Amino acid sequence: MALIAASCSDDDESSSVDSAVLSDAVSTYAAGVYSAYATSAASARAMDAAIDAFLESPSQASLHAARQAWLVARDDYGPTEVFRFYGGPIDDEETGTEGLINAWPLDEAYIDYVEGAPNAGIVNSPDDYPVIDAALLLELNEMGGEANVSTGWHAIEFLLWGQDLDDGGPGDRPFTDFTTADNADRRAEYLRTASDQLLAHLDELVVAWAPGEANYRAGFEAMNPLDALQLAFTGIGEMSRGELAGERMSVAYAERSQEDEHSCFSDNTTADIVGNARGIEMVLLGSYPGGVSGTGLLDVVAEVDSNLARQLRGEVSTSLNLSRSIPAPFDQHLRDGVSDEDPGRRSVLSAIEALETQTDTIVDAADALGIALNVS
Amino acid sequence: MRRWSPALPATFLLALLILGAGSCGEDGVQLDASLGGDTTRAEVSRNAFSLPAPQLTNEQRRTFEVGDSFFTQNWVTAPASTEARDGLGPTFNAQACSSCHTLDGRGAPPDPSGEEARLGLLVRLSVPGSDPVTGAPLPDPVYGGQLQDRSVLDVPAEGTLVVSYETTIGEYGDGTPYELRSPTYEIADLAFGPLAEEVQLGPRLAPHLIGMGLLQAIPESSILALADPDDANGDGISGRANIVWDARAGAPTLGRLGWKANAATVEQQTAGAFHGDIGITSELHPLENCPAAQTECADAPDGGAPELTASRLAAVEFYVRTLAVPALRGADSDDVLEGARLFEDFGCSSCHAPTHRTGVSDIDALTDQVIHPYTDLLLHDMGPALADGRPDFDASGQEWRTPPLWGIGLAEDINGYLFLLHDGRARTFEEAILWHGGEGEAAREEFRLADTEERAQLLAFLEAL
Repeated sequence: MALIAASCSDDDESSSVDSAVLSDAVSTYAAGVYSAYATSAASARAMDAAIDAFLESPSQASLHAARQAWLVARDDYGPTEVFRFYGGPIDDEETGTEGLINAWPLDEAYIDYVEGAPNAGIVNSPDDYPVIDAALLLELNEMGGEANVSTGWHAIEFLLWGQDLDDGGPGDRPFTDFTTADNADRRAEYLRTASDQLLAHLDELVVAWAPGEANYRAGFEAMNPLDALQLAFTGIGEMSRGELAGERMSVAYAERSQEDEHSCFSDNTTADIVGNARGIEMVLLGSYPGGVSGTGLLDVVAEVDSNLARQLRGEVSTSLNLSRSIPAPFDQHLRDGVSDEDPGRRSVLSAIEALETQTDTIVDAADALGIALNVS
Repeated sequence: MRRWSPALPATFLLALLILGAGSCGEDGVQLDASLGGDTTRAEVSRNAFSLPAPQLTNEQRRTFEVGDSFFTQNWVTAPASTEARDGLGPTFNAQACSSCHTLDGRGAPPDPSGEEARLGLLVRLSVPGSDPVTGAPLPDPVYGGQLQDRSVLDVPAEGTLVVSYETTIGEYGDGTPYELRSPTYEIADLAFGPLAEEVQLGPRLAPHLIGMGLLQAIPESSILALADPDDANGDGISGRANIVWDARAGAPTLGRLGWKANAATVEQQTAGAFHGDIGITSELHPLENCPAAQTECADAPDGGAPELTASRLAAVEFYVRTLAVPALRGADSDDVLEGARLFEDFGCSSCHAPTHRTGVSDIDALTDQVIHPYTDLLLHDMGPALADGRPDFDASGQEWRTPPLWGIGLAEDINGYLFLLHDGRARTFEEAILWHGGEGEAAREEFRLADTEERAQLLAFLEAL
C-alpha cells in the first residue's frame, strides 16, 4: 500500500519536469547507446583482427597480442551492459543476442579440454561435430542449460587463456594448443568463428541504435519520454544491485567460488566490475564513450529534486571509486581461509554495499519522476 | 532466474498502482490487489515471478541472489572444474531447478507431437503400503520413489515417461461443446526389468513458485480451522489435513506444500526436489538416489558429501520463500469484480480460500501479512477422473491439495504455454474447472451451467490473479 500512496503523489510531481528536458534526456540516451555500442564494436573489430593474426602465425607474442586486444575490447563492452534488462535489442525476448554475446558462467568442459578431462568438449569431439562453424556454435549455445555456453566473450576468453589454475595469475594456455596439440585446427576454427560471431552480434546492436533508420531507436525516441526513461532507469537499476552487486559480486563473494567470478580465465573480473559501474554513471551523467554528451538522467531528476540528484551523484562516485579500489585479481578474495576482515574481501563487500545503497536511491529518483521501478 | 522483456510503460504502471487499492464493486465485492501483502510487486513482465519481496534487507537480497544462482544454473557431471555445481545425477530429470520452473514459473508435460522439447512433468512411483515410521509411500523396489528419465554418461536412465491423450467431449449448459484430453501414462525403455506389479504412478507438474514462504507462514491453527473432515456443515466439502513426516523434527506434522500437501516446509520440499529431480545430495538426503539394482548409478563419482552444502540449500530455500507475489490486475474492472463474486457464488472459494493472515516468520518481510493465495492448503476428494490412485501419507489416491491461484493469470505470459492441474492435462482455465469432480463437482456444475457472460467473467477474474 505504501507503493500506491507514493505513486499517486508522484503523478503531480512529474508534471513539473519541462518536456524539453525530458526529450533531451531521451535523445541523449539514444545517441549515447549508439555511440557506446559503436565504440565497443570498433575495439571488438581490433580484437578480431588480432585473433586472425594470431591464428595466421601462432606464437607466444601473437597470442599475447590477441589477449591484450580482448582485454581492451572488454573494457568497452562492460559499460554497455546497462542497456540490458528492458527487452531492448540486446535482450529482446525473441531476437536478443545477450545470451550469445556474454553468457556465463561457462562450463568450460563443454568447449574444450580441462584438467582431468583431456578429450572433453566440442573441440575434441570431431565425431559428434565434424564441422565447427557459426551455425553449430549458435545451435549449441545454452543447449540443455544456461551454463552450456559455446559463444561470446567468455568462450573466446577461455580459448585464449585456458583454465585459471594459478592462484597468482590468469590462465596460461600454450599457443601450441593452436599448432601441434590434438585438434589444434578445430580449436583455431572455434576461436575464429566465435570471434566473428561476437563481432557480428555487436554490429547488429549498432544498427539497431543507429540514427535516422527505421529501427529500435526510432521507436524508442517516439515513445512517451517518461516511458523511454523508465527503460533507461530499469537498465541501470537492475545492473546496480541484482546483476552487479548480486549475481556478479555477492555470489562469488559469499560462495568463494571462482566459477562465479565474471572473467575467471583472464583474471579480468575487477575490470569487468568497474566497466559495469561506469555504465551506470554514464547514463546518469549523460556522458558516453565516443564523445556523446548531453542531458543525463540526473539532470532530469534535478528538475524535481536537486538534493536527491546530488545525493545520487555522490553515491555513484563512491561506488565507482570503491569498485576501482578492489585489488586484482578478484579470485584472491575468494580463496578459502581468507578472512572477511582481509582488506581485499572488505573492499569487495564495501563496493557491494555502495552499489546497494545507490540502487535504493535510483529507485527513489525514478519514483520522484513518477516512474515505478521494479528491480531486484 | 531473470530474463528480460519490455517493461511496462510508466504511465500504464502508474494507473495500475492507483487502481490497486481495494476497489469496491456495486454488489460489495472487494478485491485487494496486494495478493501477497507487502511482498506484492506490481509487475506483469516475464520477470513477474522472479523478483524478491521488496522489503528484504540488503543482506537478505544477497542471500536471494546466491539462491537464485543455485536455482538457475545447471549442475554438471562430477568431477568438474565447476566445483560448486558438480554432482548431477547419476540419474535425474533435469539439470537445474529452472529447467522445469522456467522463470520461476510452471512446467509442461511432454509434447505428444514431439515437436517441442518441454520439461516439467515427473512421475512418482510407489507400491501399496507405507513406511511404518514416517508414513511415507513405499518406493518401487527396483526404480525407487521417482522415475529418473535421464542420466550421466555410462549410467543407464531408468526409463521414459510416455503420455498419450484421448479426447472426451462435453457440453456447457447452453449447448456449447467442449473437449477435454484424458491422459494415459506408460513407462517405456525400462532399464532394469518391469516395475512392481502393483506400482502406482503419480505424475506431477512443476508449479509456479511465488509466495511459498507466505504459505509456510500461515499458522497451522488457521489451516486446521478450515478442515471439516467429516463434512459436519453438510456443504459437500470436507477438507482434510495431510499429516506428513517432518524430517528435521523427526516427527509427524501438518503437510501444506506439493500437489498432495506431502511436504511440511519449503526447505524439505526443496531438498527433496534437488535429490529426486536433479540427483543432488544434501544434509536432508545424504545418499545418492541409486536403488540396489542400479550398480552403475552407485559406482558413479559424486560431487562431494553432500553435493549441496547446508548454506547453499539454505540460500535456495530463502530464494524460493521470498519470491514476490505479482499484484492482481484490473481490480476496478466490472468483469473482474463480477467474476470474483461468481467465484464465491459458485462455491469455488470454499476450497480456494481467498484470504489468510500469516503469523510470525523468521523472515520479517513474511510476518503478519494479509495475503490472498486462494487456497485452504487442505486435501479434497476430486473424484475418480482426476485420481492418480497413489496415496501419499494421509492423502488418498483421489485427494488433492487445493493449489494456490495467485499469479495463475500471468503464467502463460511468462512461460509461453499454460498447463494446469497436477499433470498438466488441462490447457485452459475452463478445462481445469471442468475436470473438477468429487467435492468440486457442485462448483464445476455451477460453472458449466452458467451463461456465456458469467463464464467469461469468472475467467476474467482468474486472468486477473
